[in-house]
Amino acid sequence: MAFDPNNLMKDRITDIGPPKYDTFFPPIIKENFGKWKYHEILEPGVLVHVSETGAEVYSVRIGSARLISIDYIREVCDIADKYCGGYLRWTTRNNIEFLVSDKTKLQPLLADLRGRGNWFPIGGTGNSITNIVHTQGWAHCHTPAIDASGVVKAVMDELFGYFGSHKLPAQIRIALACCLNMCGAVHCSDIAILGVHRKPPFVENDRVQNVCEIPLVVAACPTAAIKPKKVGELKSIEINNNRCMFCGNCYTMCPALPLADGEGDGIALWVGGKVSNVKSAPMFSKLAVPFIPNEPPRWPTTVNTIKKIVEAYAEGGRRYERIGEWINRIGWERFFEKTGLEFGHEHIDDYRLAMTTWRTTTQFKF
Amino acid sequence: MSLKHATPMLDELEKGPWPSFVSDVKRMAAKGNRMCEDWLGLMEMSYRDKEGHWKHGGIVGVLGYGGGIIGRYCDRPDLFPNVAHFHTVRVNQPASKYYNTEVLRKICALWEKRGSGLTNMHGSTGDIVLLGTTTDQLEPLFYELTHELNMDLGGSGSNMRTPESCLGKSRCEWSCFNTQDVIYDITNEYQDALHRPMFPYKFKFKASGCPMDCVAAIARSDCSIIGTWRDDIRIDQAAVKAYVAKEIVPHGGADGRENRGFDIKAEVLDLCPTKCMEYDGTLKINNKDCVRCMHCIRVMPRALRPGLDTGATILVGAKAPILDGAQLSSVVIPFIKMEPPYTEFKAFVEKVWDWWMENGKNRERLGETIQRLSLREFLKATELEPDPRMVNSPRFNPYIFYDPETVPGGWEHDGVAFRQRHQA
Repeated sequence: MAFDPNNLMKDRITDIGPPKYDTFFPPIIKENFGKWKYHEILEPGVLVHVSETGAEVYSVRIGSARLISIDYIREVCDIADKYCGGYLRWTTRNNIEFLVSDKTKLQPLLADLRGRGNWFPIGGTGNSITNIVHTQGWAHCHTPAIDASGVVKAVMDELFGYFGSHKLPAQIRIALACCLNMCGAVHCSDIAILGVHRKPPFVENDRVQNVCEIPLVVAACPTAAIKPKKVGELKSIEINNNRCMFCGNCYTMCPALPLADGEGDGIALWVGGKVSNVKSAPMFSKLAVPFIPNEPPRWPTTVNTIKKIVEAYAEGGRRYERIGEWINRIGWERFFEKTGLEFGHEHIDDYRLAMTTWRTTTQFKF
Repeated sequence: MSLKHATPMLDELEKGPWPSFVSDVKRMAAKGNRMCEDWLGLMEMSYRDKEGHWKHGGIVGVLGYGGGIIGRYCDRPDLFPNVAHFHTVRVNQPASKYYNTEVLRKICALWEKRGSGLTNMHGSTGDIVLLGTTTDQLEPLFYELTHELNMDLGGSGSNMRTPESCLGKSRCEWSCFNTQDVIYDITNEYQDALHRPMFPYKFKFKASGCPMDCVAAIARSDCSIIGTWRDDIRIDQAAVKAYVAKEIVPHGGADGRENRGFDIKAEVLDLCPTKCMEYDGTLKINNKDCVRCMHCIRVMPRALRPGLDTGATILVGAKAPILDGAQLSSVVIPFIKMEPPYTEFKAFVEKVWDWWMENGKNRERLGETIQRLSLREFLKATELEPDPRMVNSPRFNPYIFYDPETVPGGWEHDGVAFRQRHQA
């Protein structure tokens, strides 16, 4: 049976779905499925899970770039073959976990990982800053306002001391999305890094009627800023720039409305979101900094601003308090004071449901 | 090493302690991988221009599927011909991303032969993402993927997207149902919805085994399945005493292992959101008041465990901001037993889809359709009874859409009789 380019239907297999979830379980996971009793973090990046049967599995968590090559994956496989019986897993935050069932292999694995340069940093557990979940950016996306992998690399380099330690009041989850479309939904993160546009799209009148469905483009605008327009003999559209909120939805529908711009685009920072239900309910991240220019290759202003937020929280947050819980306790006026960030018009909501965020009490702090 | 394109800006990202994707890709390029060479050149140009250089996706795919492949072309094929076509392949990951090295090496070999050798492990939705191949490689790649790896493509476009779960009972003591099994089951049951666009827009399922929600189901899935329990938290009083006596490291060591003088009142009782706990040598929990936030369980994991009458809460409608603003999922089924074959859950899902396909506008997520047409209409369509657990509070505006059937005489007035009582 081999692929026959002239007969695609020959032996065709479709809709088989993914391999069953237990296909690649290591034996210790298979044997103790549903029997786990408790877990502990032995040191940053190293967990032990203990089963009711008394079995123990050690998980060593390492940070990875997400954008990785097959050579890197093969090196990861070599390590898993040597220490983990050929089994491993990825986490939802792009970390890799090496699962060790033979305790005598734990220290040799840790030593091996530490001996391979900066490829396999150990950490990301407990009250750390774990890996940043992120999108494609300039690496592979058609609508980004910023790069993703490069910003993540620069931020993690600066916050590296927090990845392999447990010194924060609680965990910090950072996420990056390179445009408002947020394919990497970042809107409930302790700190969200978001690519934003600031210039309305320009209309390529000579292309619109050839590459776009005009009614769909008109319908795509959430503020009704787009209407059809004839330019000479060309069917095109017109944009009321004053109504544009730079969501980019029209560009998604119509490639003849580019809005990316080297000077117009940049980064907004958001803080205080969470998804866990622990203590307080899940929360959205709120605007901290509306705009920071794109500064490749290492985005120093973004990096330093995030560091400032992290340090203010590390100093002021109480044990078990997430960033959003810390801010709710001290108040937003104190947050801006303690971080030294400026508060301006951009912070006051003027979209739908805006009023739900305005202060409707005389309770605030001077 | 001398590569085809100089990359002075990207080279700055080889510095520092965090793993460098630039070093990784340069290593591939140095071995003669031409797609990686030109990808580096294109990326360097983006860094210089502060603008991306990829065009809108064209329609490419494999025969019979309407998703799983995303067409991608660069806008400077004149300068970077080897990434002129650079399509993405989404491969449905095994639930919660366990692998053995045999299958990973097979994926690597396949992608070495058929694509750029660059990947995302994993995409935001959970798929294995293979970055960069040409149209002619898609059918042979799909053939080898299904025949040799026993794997299949994931979702894209207005499809059900690849469902994802936390690692559940495989390595977590808190999982209240078998998250991996539910996800495996619905992924297979709804292969048609995954591979062929039939919806107004994308539809995501995510399953987390407990209210800590490790896969962020409540923030990013149209249907969020979050584990919970209805009975009492299990208490091991001896272990509670051991925590109080500082014999066990609190918080599972998440804030360090040094003895810092654990204070059960300050760290557990006072931080309980409903203050439903007391400790006088014995820990008492008023489970009627418990909202299952899990803080106490997390701080004293060897003493406290979720109850045994477990299941899930079903919430719907979460999404990122495009278009009507970000939404979290809202509770619509406070408790459901999640046991195979998940008949009750699937019956609910199919009612949701029928209603959404009938009423949703083009590119409108479920949460937006519910906002536009009301939660009440959604509940009617899915035959769910209103429950106070579905709201943070009852409405505070008086504009109720009454049903004429609940008013005597319906909406009809007797105008003549009215004017006999009242002069105009």
